[in-house]
Amino acid sequence: MSSKDVILGRIRSALSSGVDAPEIPRDYRRGEAKVDLDLLVERLTDYKAVVHRISAEKSGISAAILEILAEGTVVVPPGLPTDWLPEALEAIVDDGLTAEQIAATDGVVTAAAVAIVETGTIVLDASPDQGRRIISLLPDLHICVLRPEQVVASVPEGVARLDPRRPLTWISGPSATSDIELNRVEGVHGPRNLHVILLAA
Amino acid sequence: MTFLGMPARAPRGVGHLRGDESFPVAARKALANSQLRRNLQHATTTIRGKSGRVIAELPDWQELRSAGSALKAYTMARLPELLEQLEENVTAAGGVVHWAADANEANRIVTDLVRQTGERRVIKVKSMATQEIGLNEALEAAGITPVETDLAELIVQLGNDKPSHILVPAIHRNRSEIREIFLKAMPDVDPGLTDDPPVLAAAARRYLRETFLSTKVAVSGANFAIAETGTLAVVESEGNGRMCLTLPETLITVMGIEKLVPKWSDLEVFLQLLPRASTGERMNPYTSMWTGVTPGDGPQAFHLVLLDNGRTAVLADEVGRQALHCIRCSACLNVCPVYERTGGHAYGSVYPGPIGAVLSPQLTGVADNPSLPYASSLCGACFDACPVKIDIPSILVHLRNQAPHPRTEAAVMAAAAYTMDRPKLYASAQRAAKLARIAGRRGRGLPPPLNGWSASRDLPSPPKETFRDWWRSR
Repeated sequence: MSSKDVILGRIRSALSSGVDAPEIPRDYRRGEAKVDLDLLVERLTDYKAVVHRISAEKSGISAAILEILAEGTVVVPPGLPTDWLPEALEAIVDDGLTAEQIAATDGVVTAAAVAIVETGTIVLDASPDQGRRIISLLPDLHICVLRPEQVVASVPEGVARLDPRRPLTWISGPSATSDIELNRVEGVHGPRNLHVILLAA
Repeated sequence: MTFLGMPARAPRGVGHLRGDESFPVAARKALANSQLRRNLQHATTTIRGKSGRVIAELPDWQELRSAGSALKAYTMARLPELLEQLEENVTAAGGVVHWAADANEANRIVTDLVRQTGERRVIKVKSMATQEIGLNEALEAAGITPVETDLAELIVQLGNDKPSHILVPAIHRNRSEIREIFLKAMPDVDPGLTDDPPVLAAAARRYLRETFLSTKVAVSGANFAIAETGTLAVVESEGNGRMCLTLPETLITVMGIEKLVPKWSDLEVFLQLLPRASTGERMNPYTSMWTGVTPGDGPQAFHLVLLDNGRTAVLADEVGRQALHCIRCSACLNVCPVYERTGGHAYGSVYPGPIGAVLSPQLTGVADNPSLPYASSLCGACFDACPVKIDIPSILVHLRNQAPHPRTEAAVMAAAAYTMDRPKLYASAQRAAKLARIAGRRGRGLPPPLNGWSASRDLPSPPKETFRDWWRSR
């Protein structure tokens, strides 16, 4: 008898007196709600992300990036639009870089899949413009470019837009800990600086 | 001979579900430690305030709790089908599923998997399940070094200490104690280290960075596993979870069978409940979700170990089974007046506080943790705080009925029952109580051997006149 059979047999025996599966009451807020970009900025800022709001032009993106990082190297995913990057920065495209190579850069620039207003959360789904999970993890600075149509109001709307077969990283502010006296302190293992460039609607 | 399919308790001699001493004995020691009490009071007061504020932001918190509660009850009722569905989907996505009937089997599976990689060191994400089964000890016995990467776990590991809280295992330490531990046990630490929390966090970052980059095997727990898709989720703050789940070549996840969630969309409930109830944040800094293996991204070998270790025995108890709904937020610890004073070590198990008082005795059998169902004043704060509405007070009372009662209490109750069965004897006992009113002042307490009971309680004053005397005289 395999352990799988043992465990499943135990569970069936434990439930043998008959247990009904209840209906799930879905009375919480689920529908599509109006997106408030000002509130998103407020929530991101509250958890120590720095937000840069710009017009929708591409030159605006590279200017905003340059304002965050004046010089140095940035790792970028293979599908990131090249015209986002200022010429002053050396862009290293991730074509299978080693962890050491990624960790040695000054920052990473990615797009995003979804952002959630209510919680101030950005989700990356490893699409070509976001890249492998490792590239947004090792550099100390993460610059994330967000388009307004990617923003939803609530967690249920965010979950509905995402594909769980892709590796997902939900990010709410820079790396932090509550382990010292239960107060939030920013800056442990992940990027200690999170900058969000939010394009205008 | 026991039938193999009968629900079994967590075995003795392995893991951390049983304390060396009873709760009252351990609690007495903890209560004498005033530094511990100050640290706990400070931390739990902070978290209660934070959590209360972000919960108040949601107009539908109660509806979310009801949905979370029903989802867990649904999962338990459909557990066999959902577990098989999970296995099928994890396997289809390139993962390997292992089933572990108890702690010994889980430890053996993980140790063998690490051995097969040829590696001698693993990095670990904070995981209650692996603490429960004593995985670190099993790995060390096999010559494999487990490195805890969660800041609080690191503080506990470097301090040769035991965890005392589900979420923040080092909650019993304040910043200056943490500084002392780092100075003593962290190799190459800056001798000028201050007790400023950001400085302490930066020291942990420096210390673990090289280990993250060079270790090829990671062991994690899981907060949720989605049956419908085979997706696993780990909720964390520091980024140590992302490091462990992304950098190594091999990932081994150990998960209790109750961590299951039926559908992907059900996460919309738990991802709102957990962070607000747990760290008091609208959302925790990082949540990682993965389904099997993604070519070219993250670990290319993924093993999922599904752990029973007494859970099926909990499931067999119609009242107690809701303890399996727990999502390990630790809100019940933070609001518990008993936990706030005794701390987590007194409970003797990796699961402290109110949830521990109902979960540990059920996983081990009440006989192995007989004092824990009494480690509560039944005030009900835990029930109110629980994001999935586990009725902890009712389970406590239910378990008390299974626990052996102290011999003195049993003798007194038997004497009371005998007296109350006999009207004449009862009347004279009442008159005797009246005499005691004259003989002794209120507050003196009971004579030995009952003085222990009355040492911390006010005895009610016996009335001047009993009801029977009054009735007869009217």
